Amino acid sequence: MTPTRRTSPLRRTALAASAVVLTSALAACGGGSGSPDADAAEYAAPDADLAASITYGVWDQNQVPAIEENIAAFNEVYPDIDVTVNVTPFAEYWTKLQTQASSETLPDLFWMNGPNIGLYASNGMLEPITGAVEAGDIDPANYPQALVDLYTIDGVSYGVPKDFDTIGIWVNTALVEQAGVELPEDGWTWDEFQETAVEISEALADDGVYGAAGGMDGQTTYYNTIFQAGGTVVDDGASGYATPEAQAGLQFWTDLIASGGSPSIQQLTDTTADQWFTSGKLAMYWGGSWFRSALTDSDLAEDVTVLPLPSGEEQATVIHGVANVVSATSTEKQAAQALQVFLAGQEAQQQQGDSGAVIPAFEGTQSSFTASMPDADLQVFLDAVEYSRPLPVSLNSAEWNALETELLPQAFSGERPVADVATDLAEQMDAALAEE
Amino acid sequence: MTTSQTAPPAPARTGSAGRGGPAPSRGPRPEHTLWPWLFVAPLVAGIAVFYLWPIVQTAGYSFTETGPFGGSTFAGVDNYVALFQDPELYLSLGNTLLYTVIVLLGIPIAVGLASLLNLPGLRFAAVYRVLFFLPYVAMPTAVAMVWRVIFNGDFGILNRALAVVGIEGPYWISTPGAATAAVAVVGLWSSLGFSMIVLAAGLKSIPPELYEAAELDGATRWRQFRAITVPLLTPSIFFVLIITVIASFQVFDLLYAILGSSNPVLPRSMSLVYFFYREGFVANDKGYAAAIAMVIFLLIGLLTALQFRLQRRWVHSD
Repeated sequence: MTPTRRTSPLRRTALAASAVVLTSALAACGGGSGSPDADAAEYAAPDADLAASITYGVWDQNQVPAIEENIAAFNEVYPDIDVTVNVTPFAEYWTKLQTQASSETLPDLFWMNGPNIGLYASNGMLEPITGAVEAGDIDPANYPQALVDLYTIDGVSYGVPKDFDTIGIWVNTALVEQAGVELPEDGWTWDEFQETAVEISEALADDGVYGAAGGMDGQTTYYNTIFQAGGTVVDDGASGYATPEAQAGLQFWTDLIASGGSPSIQQLTDTTADQWFTSGKLAMYWGGSWFRSALTDSDLAEDVTVLPLPSGEEQATVIHGVANVVSATSTEKQAAQALQVFLAGQEAQQQQGDSGAVIPAFEGTQSSFTASMPDADLQVFLDAVEYSRPLPVSLNSAEWNALETELLPQAFSGERPVADVATDLAEQMDAALAEE
Repeated sequence: MTTSQTAPPAPARTGSAGRGGPAPSRGPRPEHTLWPWLFVAPLVAGIAVFYLWPIVQTAGYSFTETGPFGGSTFAGVDNYVALFQDPELYLSLGNTLLYTVIVLLGIPIAVGLASLLNLPGLRFAAVYRVLFFLPYVAMPTAVAMVWRVIFNGDFGILNRALAVVGIEGPYWISTPGAATAAVAVVGLWSSLGFSMIVLAAGLKSIPPELYEAAELDGATRWRQFRAITVPLLTPSIFFVLIITVIASFQVFDLLYAILGSSNPVLPRSMSLVYFFYREGFVANDKGYAAAIAMVIFLLIGLLTALQFRLQRRWVHSD
């Protein structure tokens, strides 16, 4: 680089170091090519003496104890199948999975979610479960229909849910009492909810308490209200944001923030809604059933109950659940499918439910979840299945999820009219969907 | 890190590594020419496999359209044409430059602090050194979590402190502009330790006789600092400058962890590497991401070359 004859050692080190540090900028971007062949689904339950060693990729450390129980029970049937559980935190799970998929080193069996199923299934990364269903080893009728549909891409099913979650309103009854507000006995309308939120905010303004909270997480907030208003987020490969129904669903949150019923989007970026709630500064939190585990051992747990979401034009809640899927490139496919089938079964799902971490998806195994917090009326989450709608997804959901995060704050803050922002969003989202 | 001079093991010569001594005249006898290469072979092999080959591959990908799981088709310079028309490139470049400039302010601070720590007779110098170095070895994510709390608009200690003196602080991490600056301040703070260690080593190599002579001539501490410390420290400062610029251009983890992936201002505050990450791993456009990576690579290379060119004007050599 520099043709100097005499370079001080330090400067030489600087040169060498810069070369090394510089190159590491690029090392992140390697990868393989070639897609695995997606041959027809072959399935046969293995003999009990099948010897194999498989890996199981998951992201939630909290569920590992229940998974280990599952595997112990699995090994009573198949003692020679050795299962290694790989836990990768959610934040890195998908990045890692993508590199593994590119290099054909996916775990034999792994967790899949709604936003990603389309991407993996349509690229031939997953083994369908059609064989197991035809053999009668998995019966889709045992699971919430919305979730079976979520994991069916182009008419081919790739997995059944191991658990599910719906959205409800977690209520801090102590704050509600302090504000002197009455909660509805059964069901409420949008207006009733908004009024209650504002009343609580005003009554407890001196303590910095808010009645309710919006936020940038569609699954727990605006997707629900969009469905309740009769709208859609993504339908048949097109954005639903241009419709008046979807915009009414967004307007709900703009109104709530404008009326002081909710902290602003900026406040909610700094401190998320669940943090407001767990710090005792939020009376009504729109949250998933998974929030239950955050309340374990907290001081708050005694004062918490759950109410159903308010209804707009109709009643609706978002449902989502994780599924176990088998890698199409697995070399131990038979063993992996055996575990997939076992985990979908009643015994394994009952074990999951008893752990209290999740609501198991298998019909009839959910009672232990509601029993885990008897005073909180967790039944609301189970009743909600009836009117639930699957989490809106497409082949590459992450791309338009980023657009939502970028644009919707302008609508929620009142910076621009909801209709304008939603129209922009629909346009950009349609462009992204067209590329899928 | 190695330097290029691996002297052949000539038996006749001993310890000619004195500073400023003449470079050993190498008589490259044929049977010895292989030895240096054998010694560096493991390192070269590692760099070749884990750095050079990926660079070649990335360069290759940048001319393709590559989906989420590979499967490339040749696309010529399409990615680059699209990239240079993409306003987000310039936005992220601007944010990266702002970040870099703020982090560079840490160098004069580090020079000052390192000289203070080097003052003769300072008690607990080792303790201070450890305290300043701790942020550098702490996990960026952990550092980010702590600063997220400090910057919190409603409950953060920073805004509480500002309120005492009557200033209403903004929502630091959710206001465009302020967010980039806030992240840069953390970047500055966590790089101080490393810069100080390098600079402290540089200070130790300044002959004490110079200060003694200056003192005899009646120079003040400040004068000594300006006339002796700073000039003789320029090689160390240059090294720190190079490293800091390169590291700043690669900022990702701090930004991602402090702002959070669902932060509405993130799209307006993203750095170049975040832009790369988003295109490559969120939008799954790996070919486009590879083009961004190449642009980052060339930019850093260019900036570094420029600095090596300019250093002759200000770096004091021997």
